[in-house]
Amino acid sequence: MHWLDILIYISLAILLLAMFFMLYRVVKGPTTADRVIALDSIGIALISVVALLSILLDTTMFFEVILLLSILAFIGTVAFSKFLERGEIIHHDRDNDL
Amino acid sequence: MSVLHLAILLPLLAAPFIPFLFRAVKRIHTGWFVLVVPALLFAYFFRFIGITSDGGVVTETVRWMPSLGINFTAYVDGLGLLFALLITGIGALVVLYSIYYLNKDKESLGHFYVYLLLFMGAMLGVVLSDNMVVMYMFWELTSISSFLLIGYWYEKERSRYGAQKSMLITVFGGLSMLGGIVLLESMVGSFSIRDMIANQTVIVDSPFFIPAMILILLGAFTKSAQFPFHIWLPDAMEAPTPVSAYLHSATMVKAGLYLVARMSPVFQESSLWLWIIVSFGTFTLFWGSFNAVKQTDLKGILAYSTVSQLGLIMSLLGLGAAALHYDGMDDNIFMVATIAAIFHLINHATFKGSLFMMVGIVDHETGTRDIRKLGGLMTVMPITFTIAVIGSLSMAGLPPFNGFLSKEMFLKATTKVFSMDFFALDTIGLLIPVVAFIASVFTFIYSLIIFTRTFMGKAQFDKLPKQPHEAPIGMLIPPAILAILVVVLGFVPNVLSNTLIRPAVESIYPTLVEGGQAVEVDLYFWHGVTPELLMTIGIVALGTLMFFTLNKWMGIYNRVPYRLTLNGMYDGSLVWSNKAAYRFKDNYMTGFIRSYLIYIFVFMSGMLLFSMWWYDLFNFSFSEMAEIAPYEYVLGAVVVLSAFAILFMRSRLPAIILLGVVGYSVALFFVFFEAPDLALTQLVIETVSVALFLLVFYHMPEISKKEARMRFKVGNAIVSVLVGVTVMMLSFMTLSNKSLSSISEYYKENVYDLAAGKNMVNVVLVDFRGFDTLFEIIVLAVAGLGIYTMIKFRTTVQRTKGEGEHGHEAKK
Repeated sequence: MHWLDILIYISLAILLLAMFFMLYRVVKGPTTADRVIALDSIGIALISVVALLSILLDTTMFFEVILLLSILAFIGTVAFSKFLERGEIIHHDRDNDL
Repeated sequence: MSVLHLAILLPLLAAPFIPFLFRAVKRIHTGWFVLVVPALLFAYFFRFIGITSDGGVVTETVRWMPSLGINFTAYVDGLGLLFALLITGIGALVVLYSIYYLNKDKESLGHFYVYLLLFMGAMLGVVLSDNMVVMYMFWELTSISSFLLIGYWYEKERSRYGAQKSMLITVFGGLSMLGGIVLLESMVGSFSIRDMIANQTVIVDSPFFIPAMILILLGAFTKSAQFPFHIWLPDAMEAPTPVSAYLHSATMVKAGLYLVARMSPVFQESSLWLWIIVSFGTFTLFWGSFNAVKQTDLKGILAYSTVSQLGLIMSLLGLGAAALHYDGMDDNIFMVATIAAIFHLINHATFKGSLFMMVGIVDHETGTRDIRKLGGLMTVMPITFTIAVIGSLSMAGLPPFNGFLSKEMFLKATTKVFSMDFFALDTIGLLIPVVAFIASVFTFIYSLIIFTRTFMGKAQFDKLPKQPHEAPIGMLIPPAILAILVVVLGFVPNVLSNTLIRPAVESIYPTLVEGGQAVEVDLYFWHGVTPELLMTIGIVALGTLMFFTLNKWMGIYNRVPYRLTLNGMYDGSLVWSNKAAYRFKDNYMTGFIRSYLIYIFVFMSGMLLFSMWWYDLFNFSFSEMAEIAPYEYVLGAVVVLSAFAILFMRSRLPAIILLGVVGYSVALFFVFFEAPDLALTQLVIETVSVALFLLVFYHMPEISKKEARMRFKVGNAIVSVLVGVTVMMLSFMTLSNKSLSSISEYYKENVYDLAAGKNMVNVVLVDFRGFDTLFEIIVLAVAGLGIYTMIKFRTTVQRTKGEGEHGHEAKK
């Protein structure tokens, strides 16, 4: 096995281990904000995992996945944050009139 | 379509015009128009006597559903013609009677005559159809029209009760009969009765012989009010009296007798046939006459007497089967049973028809049918009294009326069991004449009650709702004609013997007639001191004695509590089945979706596990499995742990987040297994659905947001583990039992050559299997539209209810 492969395996293992600890944070909390941040970190870790896998599988197919993940992780975190701040995600001007 | 078919269908064809005539011609009673139909048909069928008395038959076929072997084959032989003449002849008299009985201004005659014509046509169809499916169709039509006629005065509660009861019982029998017909068809391969008679040996040897026979007999017994199915007939007396006279004495209740007589050539080889029919018939004979004595309603007496007389005819038809096993001289002494059955069938139609009409007159002119209020009408209504006496004495079996002749023949046939040395008739069969004797005594008693309590004794006119007087002449003519027939047939019975009875008996014994045995009907023979004459004298003596001591032994009738009587059991079973069905429904239809889900899951797992066990599919092989990479273990653990953790979350928001984790991990699995398109889609969809869950969460009412974590239920845990195990087993099983290779090789080879693409997943989606994609687009469109309309609807509701109410939110 090439030394690069070994390195990638090690990195993968570390990242997945990191995801485990993040998952522990998601489950444990204690506040929702902790969970949301942990989820965001899981998303970033996922990006790294996908990138490492692309090297390992020797393919460029998953580059879109990386892009998409980064966008979604951002949007998701923003959505959660807004929800936590204001209790809603999409704000309606009309709601004020009612 | 031949003239014969038109004749059978004429009542049905005429029925639609009746309501129009009733509306258009107010001045003339609608019955006069209706009267034309049976009169015309009687004249038409009368001409057939010449053909059938020479042993001829008339067959006409109209193709109806030839591919199913169902054709409307009209078949006129002696038996069918006898019934056709009874139906049309008494039909004409009943219509004439009803013209005077029913008031044209107060009653809805349009309905009445439509139902009556429907019934008449149906009855003709029953007796003249050779195809059993067509016969069954007409059979059910008689049930339906009888139901309508019993419930004619539908505003009365008793009428509706009687109509429902008769419908339930006769339709139960009719459906059983249909089962018998289907069984017979499966044996013979034809629905034609003549084919069945021709293939009688096939049927006797078949394992379905007994089921078919019992099912057919169930139909006959329910229709002909045999014990224990007789209970509908007394309740059917709520119908107008012409209906009772026509349907429930002369015609419909004889449809069962017709069926037994018609199917006799098929079944009568078997001893079971003889025993079932004779035992049920004899017991019905006794039970009906025994119960008739306690009735206080004239129609009630007549109803039970009809039950009893039908039992008599039924037992005679059963005894007639013995003729097949009698290989003696030319004079087959057991044929007398069948001859007596046919003869008594005619006699019963005449005297019972006249008695019912007599009761109708009494009811019409005094306002009551209760024998406790009636009495002393003899001088006021002399003609009605005469009719009543003739009818009753004929029913009691006294000379010189026709009932005497048939009763003598009946007793003769029952005493013949002494000379039968087969089917154990010479041992237990000896009960038959004894029961017949006792039943005849009761028959004698209630026959006396009918006319003595009504017409003799002390007059008590002040108790009657109306001042009694003699009926109008038109109302008296039909019962008078029948009473005259009773007398005429009593004196010159031989006018029937060669014209109607012999052809009818010959159609019950086709094998004997072909075998060279002659059916000889000689009704003159009623002289000489025979055992049956002594029995008649004994009946009269004992009957008279018991009649005068009636008050001393009437108490025995009140011994049985209502709950244990047959009517009580019928009512109880209706109530009970209703209650049981409700309780059953209430127990399993809880209205909670969790109960239904448990049924579904348990059933699914149970069925799958059972069938895997049944076919022995638990031998898994893991040889085809790929090796599992270490990072797949880790990711698998992430998925399992987060899915498991969802169950233990205190509130819903962390559960939603964990669900997101599961979704993203699955996306990562797609990456591991090299499915980039799936991974992309999964990520986007997961994000959107988590956002949607948040939306729903936001709209939840406060109270359920605070709800503590899911409560643990053992049952639910077991079911969920069961489902998980089942699905796992199923996947292992499918993986280890792969028998065919995948067709994906084809796609791999042709994805670029045929479809000009390199992304195989996308080519499959839009090119090789584009149709699925189209309809999934439609699914999304429908879902979008659905959400839009639900939200629109919700806002309008909310506006009417006012702000701040978040009770009923759309789910998605």
